[in-house]
Amino acid sequence: MISLTHFLVVGALLFTLGLVTVATRRNAVGILMGVELILNGANVNFVAFNHYVTGGVTGQVFALFVIVLAAAEAAVGLAIVLSIFQTFKTIDVRHADLMRE
Amino acid sequence: MRSNAGKLVAWGVAVALVAAFAAYMTTQVIRPAAEASPLPTPGALTLPDIVFYVLAALTVAGAAGVALSRNILYSALGLLTALLGAGGLYVFLSADFVAITQLLIYIGGVLVLVLFAVMLTSRITDVKVSNASFGPFGGVLLFVAVAPVLLAVALLTPWAAREPGPLAPTTAAIGNAFLTRWLLPFEVASMVLLATLIGAVVIARKELKAD
Repeated sequence: MISLTHFLVVGALLFTLGLVTVATRRNAVGILMGVELILNGANVNFVAFNHYVTGGVTGQVFALFVIVLAAAEAAVGLAIVLSIFQTFKTIDVRHADLMRE
Repeated sequence: MRSNAGKLVAWGVAVALVAAFAAYMTTQVIRPAAEASPLPTPGALTLPDIVFYVLAALTVAGAAGVALSRNILYSALGLLTALLGAGGLYVFLSADFVAITQLLIYIGGVLVLVLFAVMLTSRITDVKVSNASFGPFGGVLLFVAVAPVLLAVALLTPWAAREPGPLAPTTAAIGNAFLTRWLLPFEVASMVLLATLIGAVVIARKELKAD
């Protein structure tokens, strides 16, 4: 019998792996992938709680808003990555440090 | 030399903190919980159970691929698997509309966008498409620090779960919710998308020199 806890465990693992991706990657596109994983982990939790605890569709509506914002974030983030690539000729985030000094 | 020593000290402190935390979690939280409630005897494995475990394994394996693979293209393929698995889990949770949206927007839109960015930014003929991650050790440390907290919360909290209702189509209910209770967020989301559209074009276009 599959319970709420099973889904929460999957969501927690997705979130943690996304966090590790964001923290360890140097490639800007890889960092954006990690952000997508984090948002997906949160979404799994929303839909699971909606199904097992509250009923109705509120959690699903919230998950849809998260998907919309993730799409917007991906579009702007990748545009920034392209701009960084044109400026620095690399997408290694360690080289984008013009404002550091 | 000086900064090297500082780095070493910082790493040592981090390792000590995480080790102490792991020891605390095992002795204070996990062992009492395990003693208080022994594992329920597993019942017979039915078909839905097997489907769930396959989907969950697909999702977590894809996410691990994103986090661990050296090649950014393999990372993108891992993201594809993780998103597909999460979509399957939504079907399992009787959220059919969210599952289709996941398929259309994430896999059809975001993933294609990510692949375009990979192709446009790293020279594919170059051998160094690999994205060297800095410090796999730091990644392991972070995983050990974060995962036990989330898993303990998920496993030990007595959730107020109730018997889920039967499978039913949700599209009509979601449409109603969007146009009645969540009308303002819905409109704001469309404004955000418009702003994103314009902003992405402005950021990504080639700058024209005015001379």
